[in-house]
Amino acid sequence: MQITINDLIDFTRGAAFLGTGGGGDPYVGRLLLKQEMENGRTINIIPLEQVADEAQVVPIAAIGAPSVMLERAPKIEALEKALSVLEEKLGRKADALTCIESGGINATLPLILAARTGLPIVDADGMGRAFPELQMVTFNIYGLKASPFVMTNDRCEAVTFDVESNHFAEQLARSTVMAMAGAAHLAIYPMSGRQLKQAGVPGTLSLALDIGRAIAAARRGRADPVQGLLDFLSGMTEPRHAVVLAEGKVVDISRETRDGFNFGRVQVQPFGDAGALPAEIVFRNEYLTVKQGAEFLAMVPDLVCVLDAETAEPITTETLKYGARVKVVGVSVPPVMRTGAALATFGPRAFGIDSDYRPLEGLVPG
Amino acid sequence: MRIGVDVGGTNTDAVIIHEGRVIAALKTPTTDDVGTGVVLAIRGVLAQAGVPPAAVTQVTIGTTHFTNAFVERRRLMEVAVLRLSLPSNTSVRPMIDWPSDLTAVIGDHIYWAHGGYEFDGREIAPFDAAEIEAAARDIRRKGLRHVAISCAFSPINDAMEQRAAAILRDMIPGLHVTLSSEVGRMGIIERENAAIMNAALSSMSGTVVGAFRSALQKLSISAPFYISQNDGTIMAADHVERFPVLTFASGLTNSMRGAAWLSGQQDAIVVDIGGTTTDVGVLSHGYPRETSMAIDVGGVRTNFRMPDLHSIGLGGGSLVTRQADGSVTVGPRSVGYDLITKGMVFGGDILTATDIAVAAGRGGIGDRSAVNGLDRALVAQAVDTIHAMVEAAIDRMKTSATAVPVILVGGGGVLVSRPLSGVSDLHVPEHADVANAIGAAMAQVGGEADRIHFYDRVGREAALDNAKQEAVAAATAAGADPATVRVMEVEETPVAYMPGNAVRVRAKAVGDLAAIIAA
Repeated sequence: MQITINDLIDFTRGAAFLGTGGGGDPYVGRLLLKQEMENGRTINIIPLEQVADEAQVVPIAAIGAPSVMLERAPKIEALEKALSVLEEKLGRKADALTCIESGGINATLPLILAARTGLPIVDADGMGRAFPELQMVTFNIYGLKASPFVMTNDRCEAVTFDVESNHFAEQLARSTVMAMAGAAHLAIYPMSGRQLKQAGVPGTLSLALDIGRAIAAARRGRADPVQGLLDFLSGMTEPRHAVVLAEGKVVDISRETRDGFNFGRVQVQPFGDAGALPAEIVFRNEYLTVKQGAEFLAMVPDLVCVLDAETAEPITTETLKYGARVKVVGVSVPPVMRTGAALATFGPRAFGIDSDYRPLEGLVPG
Repeated sequence: MRIGVDVGGTNTDAVIIHEGRVIAALKTPTTDDVGTGVVLAIRGVLAQAGVPPAAVTQVTIGTTHFTNAFVERRRLMEVAVLRLSLPSNTSVRPMIDWPSDLTAVIGDHIYWAHGGYEFDGREIAPFDAAEIEAAARDIRRKGLRHVAISCAFSPINDAMEQRAAAILRDMIPGLHVTLSSEVGRMGIIERENAAIMNAALSSMSGTVVGAFRSALQKLSISAPFYISQNDGTIMAADHVERFPVLTFASGLTNSMRGAAWLSGQQDAIVVDIGGTTTDVGVLSHGYPRETSMAIDVGGVRTNFRMPDLHSIGLGGGSLVTRQADGSVTVGPRSVGYDLITKGMVFGGDILTATDIAVAAGRGGIGDRSAVNGLDRALVAQAVDTIHAMVEAAIDRMKTSATAVPVILVGGGGVLVSRPLSGVSDLHVPEHADVANAIGAAMAQVGGEADRIHFYDRVGREAALDNAKQEAVAAATAAGADPATVRVMEVEETPVAYMPGNAVRVRAKAVGDLAAIIAA
């Protein structure tokens, strides 16, 4: 996979889609990537199968509140610092970088560091989407440890953590990000190439770019961009089940900030049918479930994305507005995200939803 | 007696409104010096109405001049940019995403200083006066006259921006300084962009506002004079001299507000058909519905309050073409303001949408005999195409499939000759062709509050009340009569992962000008 300066808009649009409403606006990430490329730096993206078994791989990310990042953008030197402190702790240099999540701004930051360091970046991540907590990754499910991990602030001050449980890692990271005024940089889940091959979701950066391209192509062709995107997803080599779950106008949004998260509900009323039952989306930073009446239409970890009805532009939970005309889209996740252990970590019950997971293709055959 | 003026790229329109009625309306060509056209237009309407200048109580001017200057890169100044947020925000440099033909004009004069705030009000770093003084010396050495200052979280606390400005002004007398907190909201990139754009326009704004002012003097009009801004509210003229960037979308907003006033509709879709494009917007409670997407102006990302608008390439001057497959297309190419010489009914030889309207039976435009020979099937197909285009544009802006009222304004309104599907009532009010001058005359005063509140500390109700009061105070400070001010909009955005139930609350209030009530 190659990514050029002309791909950046498509790539970040695709990353916003995989962010499923959370993950932060990748716009700043796009600017930083553009800057690196204009300075002549290139990004070497390698497929998962090409990473050496013995390679030291480090995932890179930002952690914190997207609205803080609007005023205080991630800082490249602080990302570099997080990596170098972790390398010191590990006693060896990284051979490759990768993503924790390919959704939102975290799809872009590892690429920036890859451009700066010349390290290859592995086309994979730990979820193929975005999730709110550090243990909600396939890396955790396959028994990898988040520790040792490093957090840095804009003064390039670093905190190194070395703890047993990944749940405790999340707890400590959450209180540290608050001490660091709401946004920080992260190098975490150091692993070998072999471990990444076992525990990672392959091809997720390519997927982001392909999704962005599919939307752009459908717009250019004056076709329905949402349909263009669904056709692309269901026509992939490993086809996804991708369906429109609801379309209409957002008639209610309730939001609540609690325990360091955004909880909320969105009601989407079908166009032209005021008597019809609205679709209800539940979110916790990311969109989690869609229901019509008592019936589930989609459940986490399957992707739930809210798109502008006309342009298929992904809309995040914090920018979604009353009156928006949207299409709600469901996309199935790969089998690695649906194992028993995976569902225990980021299935419905992990989010406090009192229901067992049911796959999208069973709920809405389409 | 209010006068509204719209200074567009092609025409300058003026109207007089008295006791709720349009008593005079006139279109004249826009002049190079701006002022002459304004004098001619206002003198014309005063004569039409037979009223003396002393009877005028208020003049409001809407203009696309500043937008056009930015889009065309004309008459822009070099700008020094001072950003306070070291050691943060070093990776995203100012103007990082600007088109190169624009940065070539603005220059590369970037100054970094320590300072800025965190979301909770803590300082990122202490303010360093010596750094600002060093920047000032360099700005003075380069002879730059225009500065934009930005600072992290300045919408919550503008103290550091103010301190820096005071030092700069003190060291460089007569310097034009724009603070990001004066022209933008949350999002340092977009807010800083707005400040730089504003600084680049601040010399031109003096000239243009000066031209408006002397035009009024020439006409012996001593009534207060205002300029309309993006959201359909007005600013005092000397405020526009300082903040020209706030006028960027006012033309579109004015035509929608004018449509609301002329038709009496508060909730409707407005279709404004001009010479080259058709703009479709949504009126909600009498005001344009704003967009939630970031808007590019001249290639620069902004987060201005702008109407949510859908534009298509259909206008009175649109070219009509039969395609190889037998279909008929209309636009997007247009003869624009050359319609009055190139259109067939005006003696030219180019088939335009206006010619189709005349051939289909519309009277009162040009020479009808010039289109008598047109193929009837072609005319019928073109009429179908035009109506289908307008219907599709309306449908795109609708929030439900139910039929909605539509207000048709603009000179190209003649293209619509039959009922439109999906439309419950089609309003074509009198004076629809000068709707934006009317919108300018009817504009109100607005105020906005936008900051983060901690619900755990103060409670949601108190925080919302507080935000509303701040918005009302801002509107009153801008000249609104307190008795008429109402809160138009309250928007809550929780700040993810923050303690204390932090919520960003944005409130907007508007009211009638106190001066109007007094008059």
